[in-house]
Amino acid sequence: MTMMTTTTAPLVEVQNLSVHYAARGGGWLGRRIRPITAVEDVSFAIFPGETLGLVGESGSGKSTTGRAILRRIDSITGRILFRGRDITQVRGEALRRLRRHVQMIFQDPYASLNPRMTVLELVAEPLVVHGLARGEAAEPRVASLLALVGLPESAMERYPHEFSGGQRQRIGIARALALEPDFIVADEAVSALDVSIRAQIVNLLGDLQARLNLAYLFIAHDLSVVRHISHRIAIMYAGKLVELADRDAIFRQPLHPYTRALLSAILIPDPQIQQQRRRIVLTGEIPSPAAPPSGCRFHTRCAHATAKCRAEAPPFEEKTPGHFAACWAA
Amino acid sequence: MSAAAAEGPLLQVKGLQVRYFTERGTIEASRGVTLHLDRGETLGLVGESGSGKSVTSQAILGLIREPGRIVAGDIVWKGRSLLAADGAAYARRVRGKEIALVFQDPMTSLNPVFTIGLQITEVLRHHLKLGRRAASDRAAELLDLVGISAPRQRLAQYPHELSGGMRQRALIAMALSCEPELLVADEPTTALDVTIQAQILELLGSLQQRLGLSILLITHDLGVVAALCHRVAVIYAGRIVETGRAADLFARPAHPYTMGLLRSTPRIDVVRPRLVAIDGTPPDLSHPPAGCAFHTRCPIATDACMAEAPSLVPQAGGRTVACWRAFTPAWPGEAANRRARG
Repeated sequence: MTMMTTTTAPLVEVQNLSVHYAARGGGWLGRRIRPITAVEDVSFAIFPGETLGLVGESGSGKSTTGRAILRRIDSITGRILFRGRDITQVRGEALRRLRRHVQMIFQDPYASLNPRMTVLELVAEPLVVHGLARGEAAEPRVASLLALVGLPESAMERYPHEFSGGQRQRIGIARALALEPDFIVADEAVSALDVSIRAQIVNLLGDLQARLNLAYLFIAHDLSVVRHISHRIAIMYAGKLVELADRDAIFRQPLHPYTRALLSAILIPDPQIQQQRRRIVLTGEIPSPAAPPSGCRFHTRCAHATAKCRAEAPPFEEKTPGHFAACWAA
Repeated sequence: MSAAAAEGPLLQVKGLQVRYFTERGTIEASRGVTLHLDRGETLGLVGESGSGKSVTSQAILGLIREPGRIVAGDIVWKGRSLLAADGAAYARRVRGKEIALVFQDPMTSLNPVFTIGLQITEVLRHHLKLGRRAASDRAAELLDLVGISAPRQRLAQYPHELSGGMRQRALIAMALSCEPELLVADEPTTALDVTIQAQILELLGSLQQRLGLSILLITHDLGVVAALCHRVAVIYAGRIVETGRAADLFARPAHPYTMGLLRSTPRIDVVRPRLVAIDGTPPDLSHPPAGCAFHTRCPIATDACMAEAPSLVPQAGGRTVACWRAFTPAWPGEAANRRARG
């Protein structure tokens, strides 16, 4: 699945992205304001038609990274480039134009769909907002979008609550596709779905990519799904990227100890294989972004940590061609 | 304990039917669930949303509330019914002490305003009639048992001061406080991160061995079943569609739904160009389909499947299957998939 060549220009480039929050908490009634760095110094690129899987556990900063790229978060440092253009500071009309090209699919389609709007209104809304179609003129476009995501035309007159979870996710995808974007951030887009339905949506995302040359940033905690859908995979831990490589390289030759532990913790639905696997069970907890450990953030749970790991953060660098990792030992 | 009671299964669920009588109609949440659990065994009850798996656990624990009602069937613990009219005292004693429950979300099942210690000692003092000091000692032992470091200090902490994994451990400690024989664990790791899930599964497995516990594990995750369960029961639309030893069932699923579930689950050790998707959606249980409830999504359904529901029939190797076409490859590549796996 190595479809990109080195000559292709990236669609999205993220350079040294950091995201800061001012969190309330601590102190009486939580009035003390503490600065929290949710994402620190993250860099990667996404190419046209490519899926980059972004994996991490709670507090890894994966969702924050996705929202920052879509300019849904303001307090960022670093640079975000879309088709080579710096979009880090765009505002107003320019930001609105940008949003035609970059869209998001959410985990909970029900929460992201206005329950009082019909499917026609929901899917047509982006078209109306961007002045591309209004009223009855939007109907044929909505019908073709619904067909694209496998919903009947009769769905147009119905409301979100009349649909199952998988069908609602299809509505959310139709909405995201309405403006013919080049890039979609899918944040845990299939995590809430049942297994049999999840496979339908995963297949749909793959079909749409092939037809429309979409690029996805596929954010998920489930590496099994990510392996299936991604061309390349990036792993985050406690706000930082720890590893990024081609899909098969991540699974065959993981370089970072956290990646290795994460892979060994993924369950394989086959008792004969699963019960013979050597599991690296990490002790301890995922560190809080409010108080990240010194040096390498993984050192508190790493079996190989040295004094250097505790003192100094390892750089995120290319260890072998196309395979990046942040580990002194890798 | 009499010899006769020790011989049969620890728990039997027989033809359990649970209905919810709502204003919008009657929902047949459980439509005849039959399963059993032996001593020291971990049984996985696998199903998707609305399949009736949690309703089954609620019925076992006596937690079905209005508008829900058990309308038929029986739940038998050590040979004696928990539902019999004259068995209320027996059921209360069993459910408080011999069967314990671990929920999915430890944050909502712990009381946020009391310390961990108070919540555990309360159970110990109430059920085991321990004194304050003895209860506190026992609570610390329990936290130690579930792998919580510095248990004495933890007793003084509030739930929000613990991480998700620690809260789940505390909840398991609480469930173990009366030394139950059966632990019912309803999606115990679903809310947890992957590396923390691995820790909790490891803990449940070791507790099961060290304490000789029986575990009824309710989950949607076939990976969790593969990691922990001796036997599996697959539930769809309120009925068990097949049961068997985990190794047999995964290697050679008999029911098209199980085959489909296995083929639609992505695996990190196998790259498939495309997942098998089970078309359609699970049936609305206020109007369950006639015949086999899976016929609306089954690629090999025949007229017989639409006309009559197959019952759960014993097969070789201690398995049971409810399918007119059991063991028939149902999905593209199913036969090839089996050959490849040997």
